[in-house]
Amino acid sequence: MSEQFPADSVGLVTPQSMHFDQPLELDCGRALPEYDLVYETYGELNADASNAVLVAHALSGDHHAAGYHSPDERKPGWWNACIGPGKPLDTDRFFIVCSNNLGGCSGSTGPLSTNPKTGALYGADFPMVTVPDWVRSQARLADGLGIRQWAAVVGGSLGGMQALQWAIDFPDRIRHAVVIAAAPKLSAQNIAFNEVARQAILQDPEFHDGRYAEHGVIPRRGLGLARMLGHITYLSEDAMRAKFGRELREGKINFNYDVEFEVESYLRYQAENFVDHFDANTYLLMTRALDYFDPASVHDDNLAAALQHVTASFLILSFTSDWRFPSSRSREIVRALQDGNKRVTYSEIEAPQGHDSFLMPIPVYRDLLRAYMQRVAGETQS
Amino acid sequence: MSVRSELALISEWIRPGSRVLDLGCGEGLLLRHLRDTRDVIGYGLEIDPDNIRSCVEKGIPVIQTNLDQGLQDFDPASFDYVVMTQTLQAVRYPEHLLNEMLRVGREGIVTFSNLGHWRCRLKLALSGRMPVSGDPGWEWYDSPNIHLCTVHDFEALCDTAGIGIVERTFIDNAHRRHVAARLLPNLLGEVALYRFQRT
Repeated sequence: MSEQFPADSVGLVTPQSMHFDQPLELDCGRALPEYDLVYETYGELNADASNAVLVAHALSGDHHAAGYHSPDERKPGWWNACIGPGKPLDTDRFFIVCSNNLGGCSGSTGPLSTNPKTGALYGADFPMVTVPDWVRSQARLADGLGIRQWAAVVGGSLGGMQALQWAIDFPDRIRHAVVIAAAPKLSAQNIAFNEVARQAILQDPEFHDGRYAEHGVIPRRGLGLARMLGHITYLSEDAMRAKFGRELREGKINFNYDVEFEVESYLRYQAENFVDHFDANTYLLMTRALDYFDPASVHDDNLAAALQHVTASFLILSFTSDWRFPSSRSREIVRALQDGNKRVTYSEIEAPQGHDSFLMPIPVYRDLLRAYMQRVAGETQS
Repeated sequence: MSVRSELALISEWIRPGSRVLDLGCGEGLLLRHLRDTRDVIGYGLEIDPDNIRSCVEKGIPVIQTNLDQGLQDFDPASFDYVVMTQTLQAVRYPEHLLNEMLRVGREGIVTFSNLGHWRCRLKLALSGRMPVSGDPGWEWYDSPNIHLCTVHDFEALCDTAGIGIVERTFIDNAHRRHVAARLLPNLLGEVALYRFQRT
């Protein structure tokens, strides 16, 4: 069976689920009376549970970070490039956990789940969740798995924000935070892009105030547009030029609004592909969680004050061509950590792929992440 | 070559337990030495990805920085010492950076290869070719060392910039401190080491 998969792959993986029947109080003031988190694990937890690494996913990610669900699965998990035996997140040394965020649509309790109080789908009634809410829910997952302290919490983009929040909210439960292509809060431009994406969904005639499931439809057009817009911001101009240029689909222009340019074909394909496996209400929730993320806001906008009690060591990485969360945003976090004399390493990786770089097997990036994680592993295995 | 003796000499100047910022920290050798022998905490600033990875492998906190853009991410007086070994000659604005070092740190420590050394003078006199400092293999037109200077040049700059030299030492060709080098540093000192503060 192992021969079906590459040697540096974690191979076949099976998602697991954990049920929580203690209510979870949320930042929005509401509570989830009970919930489930679906997650995957790779590698073995060592005897003193000191080698556990939490991987937090980004906006449209899920718990399937590495390996394959079946021998004929076309693509492995979203961060297969970095998770596996001998890879930067080395499954021979670490026990890696990745869970689908609360409010997601891949198995954890979210808008597609049944509200135990009403017996109907949550849909638009699913409470707004925040990054700190996710971190609290992940802490309970850690409890359930017997993990008192993570060797590291690692994430890119929105996942990096969760790693940062972990270091702030549970300083004694995290030894390292790896924050990749993230920001300490969204800029007005970031929020503006999110707002256009949300408006596309909200104004789709088939959105039905979020109760589209009851009408037996999905707001395909709105969700697809949101995804197209997102994709534009994930790529750099150079990456788009290199990938598509002004290539024409049929080699000539046809004077109509069908797909003329290859880049249009790509965006439409991404949209079509996305609406079949992602939920519109989840997309709304996730973008709002991004908008609201701002750990400094409760400290007079002083990020160093927000990080005052942090004890974790940080690795912060950004990418030269990322204009969604440019290096200057990562340096804000670095600077705040410096101000508090925290241990922090920062590198700006030369990469043309834009924000998506964090998912790519870029050699300099992988080597640096591997070097850092080997230090982390060296501390855990006594 | 002179790395070991240079590190040892710099270490002697640094009080145990202090906070150090190392500009152009390379592979993190100085900070590792200071961490292991003097209980020093601090950061290295470095621009080269391979060097950054070497620092990470040693567990040295390193922040990728282009020193030509100054130290604006650091608060005044946030370090006991700001150190710059064999890097002064490679920066675009040496005077600005020296001032930045004394804004961010209470004291500065700088080392550089002295172009006033007799070998350099001899080379220029006899061959009529520019002496090239630092790693061999550079030509004058591709060397990263764009601001080579002599002991006299450096001290004159300190004088005009209001920088007071607290201590200086020189290493000769055998990388030892030598009486002769102390007497005639600009001629006999191959590597110059300075500790300085704001006057």
